[in-house]
Amino acid sequence: MQTNGGKALMKSLEAEGVEILFGLPGGAILPAYDPLIDSSMRHILVRHEQGAGHMAEGYAHATGKPGVAMVTSGPAATNMVTPLADAMLDSVPLVCITGQVASGAIGSDAFQECDTTGITMAVTKHNFLVSEASEIPQVIHDAFHIATTGRPGPVLVDIPKDLVDPNNPASQFEDYEPSGHNLPGYNPIIDPDPERIREAAELILQSERPIIYSGGGILKARAASQLRELAEMLDIHVVTTLMNRGGFPDDHPLALGMPGMHGNYTAVTALQEADLLITLGARFDDRVTGRLDGFAPDAKIIHADIDPAEFNKVRFADVAIQGDVGKTINELLNALNQLHETRQHPDRSEWKSTVSGWKERFPLVYDEWELGEGLKPQYVIEQLRDLTPDDTIVASGVGQHQMWASQFWHFNHPYTWINSGGLGTMGFAVPAAIGAKAGVPDRMVWAIDGDGCFQMTNQELVTARIENLPVKIAILNNGYLGMVRQWQELFYDERYSEVHLQPDLPDYKMLAESMGCVGIRVESPEEVQPAIEEANEVDDRPVVIDFRTEASENVYPMVPAGKSNSDVIVHPSQETP
Amino acid sequence: MTSSTPSHTLVVRVENKPGVLARVAGLFARRGFNIVSLAVAPTENVLFSRLTIVVDAESAPIEQVVKQLDKLINVVEIQELAPTESVTRELILATVQVNDGQEDRIMKNIENFEANILNVGPQRIMVSLSGDVDQVDKFEASLEEFGIMEIQRTGTIALPSISNS
Ligand SMILES: Cc1ncc(C[n+]2csc(CCOP(=O)(O)OP(=O)(O)O)c2C)c(N)n1
Ligand SMILES: [Mg+2]
Repeated sequence: MQTNGGKALMKSLEAEGVEILFGLPGGAILPAYDPLIDSSMRHILVRHEQGAGHMAEGYAHATGKPGVAMVTSGPAATNMVTPLADAMLDSVPLVCITGQVASGAIGSDAFQECDTTGITMAVTKHNFLVSEASEIPQVIHDAFHIATTGRPGPVLVDIPKDLVDPNNPASQFEDYEPSGHNLPGYNPIIDPDPERIREAAELILQSERPIIYSGGGILKARAASQLRELAEMLDIHVVTTLMNRGGFPDDHPLALGMPGMHGNYTAVTALQEADLLITLGARFDDRVTGRLDGFAPDAKIIHADIDPAEFNKVRFADVAIQGDVGKTINELLNALNQLHETRQHPDRSEWKSTVSGWKERFPLVYDEWELGEGLKPQYVIEQLRDLTPDDTIVASGVGQHQMWASQFWHFNHPYTWINSGGLGTMGFAVPAAIGAKAGVPDRMVWAIDGDGCFQMTNQELVTARIENLPVKIAILNNGYLGMVRQWQELFYDERYSEVHLQPDLPDYKMLAESMGCVGIRVESPEEVQPAIEEANEVDDRPVVIDFRTEASENVYPMVPAGKSNSDVIVHPSQETP
Repeated sequence: MTSSTPSHTLVVRVENKPGVLARVAGLFARRGFNIVSLAVAPTENVLFSRLTIVVDAESAPIEQVVKQLDKLINVVEIQELAPTESVTRELILATVQVNDGQEDRIMKNIENFEANILNVGPQRIMVSLSGDVDQVDKFEASLEEFGIMEIQRTGTIALPSISNS
C-alpha cells in the first residue's frame, strides 16, 4: 500500500505506543500536523517549545514511558536544546521530532533553517536527519529503541518538510512494518558478568563498613524493589542521590536520604567513612563527591552501571559490573545467599550504631520562625508533605527550594520525585509537573518552585488550564535567586550581585488568575495549612500558591565547592563547640 | 606532532553515514581528548568506513576515550593497536628548496630514505615517502636543512598485524 511520510510518521508513533505528544507547529513541520488530526494520539499544545521538552521529560519520569515532543525547525529546534541537554544528563528517554526545511533547501540558509542535528549532536544520545521518506518508519522505530534501551536518553529525528508533504512525490513510498533494527554499533549489555558478581559478593562479605550508594539508574531500571530486597537482606544502610529520591523509601529504617553538597550529615558522612560503597546506578557526580581526592578515602568501590563509560571515569572501581542494575542486584542476591551458607561477614554492629548515632544527632533542622520573618520554606514543605497523599508526585525547579524539597519531603514511593539533577535547569518544575500530570492524571501533582524558576516557564500554566491538567504549584517566593544569594553571602563576603528579584513583581496571584488558575497568597504560618487544603480541593484547574518565604534562609548542611565532604557544614545549631 | 608524544592508536570501524566524522570529532573536542592524527576512508565494505585515530595519551585515559567512542551509535568496532601488534603507515609530501650546489646532497638524501620524486621545478622539488611515523619524522627532519617550503602529512593509518588477527 502506498503511503506518505506524514501519514507514516503518525502511524509509526502510534505503533510505538505513543499516547501523548507535546508540541507546537510551524512551517517546516506543518505537513506532519495535518495527519495528526486523524490520529488517536493526544497532542498538548504548549506555549514555548522548551515547555514541550520538559513536559515530555516529566511524563517520562512519571510513567517510565518515553516522552515525545514535536516542533518545527530553526528557533523551535533551538528552543529544544535545553530539554535535550537536560534529558541527556539525567538519562531521560525522550524522542523529539523536529521539522526541517525541504531537502533541496538544506544548506542554503533558508528561512528557519538551522543545522539541528549538528547543534544537538552533543546533547542527544543519537540523532537522525531523514534523507528519504521511506526511512521514516525504520528511523522512528530505531529512535524509540535507542531512547529507551541501554542507558536511556534523548533521540532527535529531523525530518525535511518535503518528505512529509503529501503533495510532494518524494514523500510517497510503499508502506512497510519495520522489522528489527539495523544498528550494528548499538548493543547494550544487559546481563552482568557472573565473575564480576562473585567478586562483588566477596567484597561485600568481607566489608566491615559497607554503604549502598544508589542513584537514578535504580529508577531507570525499575529496580526499587530489588534495591530494597538487597538492603534488607544485607541489613546495610542506603543513601539515595538526588536522582534516586523515592528509589528507596525514606521511612525505611535503613534509609539515610540524600548525600552530596546539600545532603544530610549522615548520608554524607556514611559515604565518607565507609570501607565499601556498593554503587548502584550512580555516577560519582561532583555534587555527590565534593573534592574528589577527599571522597570516601578508605572505601573500595563496587560500581554497577548500564553504561561502562562511567567506570573509572571519576573514581576507580575495584569491581565494575556492566548491566541492568535490577538484574545485577538479583544476581548479587543469589551469590550472597550462597556465600552466606558457609561464611559470615564481619561484625558490623558498631558501624551500624555509629551511623544510627549520626542520624539521631544530626537530623535535618531549621530555626524556628520568629515574628516579622517570612515563612520558613522548610515548614511550608513539611506542611505540603503532611497534607497531601503519600504518593503525591513532586516536581521541582533548581535552587534552594529544590534542595529543601529533596531534604524535607519523605519520598516513600518510586517515581514521586521529578527534578533536573544533572543540568540544573531553572524553569523545569512547571512543565515537568504538567507532563507528569498528563501521564498519571489520577495522582496529585505538586510543583515546588522558586520565584526565579517560576518566571522562566510559568506560561505553560495556560497550557495546563486549557488541556485540563490541574497541577498545583507552590512557589517558595523569597524574592531572590536564593541559591546564588546564599553563595554570595557565604563565599563573596555578602556582596550581593544581581540576585534580588522582588517578591511583589509579578503579582503571582494575579498572574495565576490571568492564566485561568486559582491564585493564593500566603504570608503567615497560620495560613499555610488552610491554603494547601484549599488547593487540594481544586481539581478543575491549576492552583498557584505564592508562599512568601524568608529571604535570608540558607540551605544546610553544605559542603562548600572545592571542599572535601569531611568539611561538611551543618546547621549552626548543630555545630560542635 | 612527532612519534615522541606518548600516544595510542585506535582503529575504528564506523557506519558510513553522513555526519559520522563530525560525531567523532565533536566527541573528542567536547571531552577534551586530543587527536594527534586522524585518517578516514571507506573500507572493503561500502557500508563502513575505517578511521585511524592517534590519541594523545596524556590528554585522557585511553579507557575513557574508547568507552565514550563506543557510545556513539554509528561506531561499530574499536581496536586499540599496540605498536608490536600492528602495521602503521604514514605518507608525507614535501616541497623542498633546491639551492645551487645542494642538488647532490638532496638527491643522496632522497636515495638514502628511498623516497620518491613526484614533481620538479625551478629551484624546488616535491618528494614523498611512506613509512612508519618514525621514518617519516626522520625524513622530514632531514629535509629541514635544505628548506621545506610546504609539507603535508596524512596522519597514521594502521591495521592489526596478520599474525595476530
Ligand atoms: C537556566 C538557569 N540559569 C541560571 C541558573 C543558576 N542558578 C541556579 S539556582 C539559581 C537561583 C534560582 O532562584 P529561584 O528559582 O528563586 O530559587 P531559590 O534558590 O530562590 O529557591 C540560579 C540563578 C540555573 N541553574 N539555570
Ligand atoms: Mg527564589
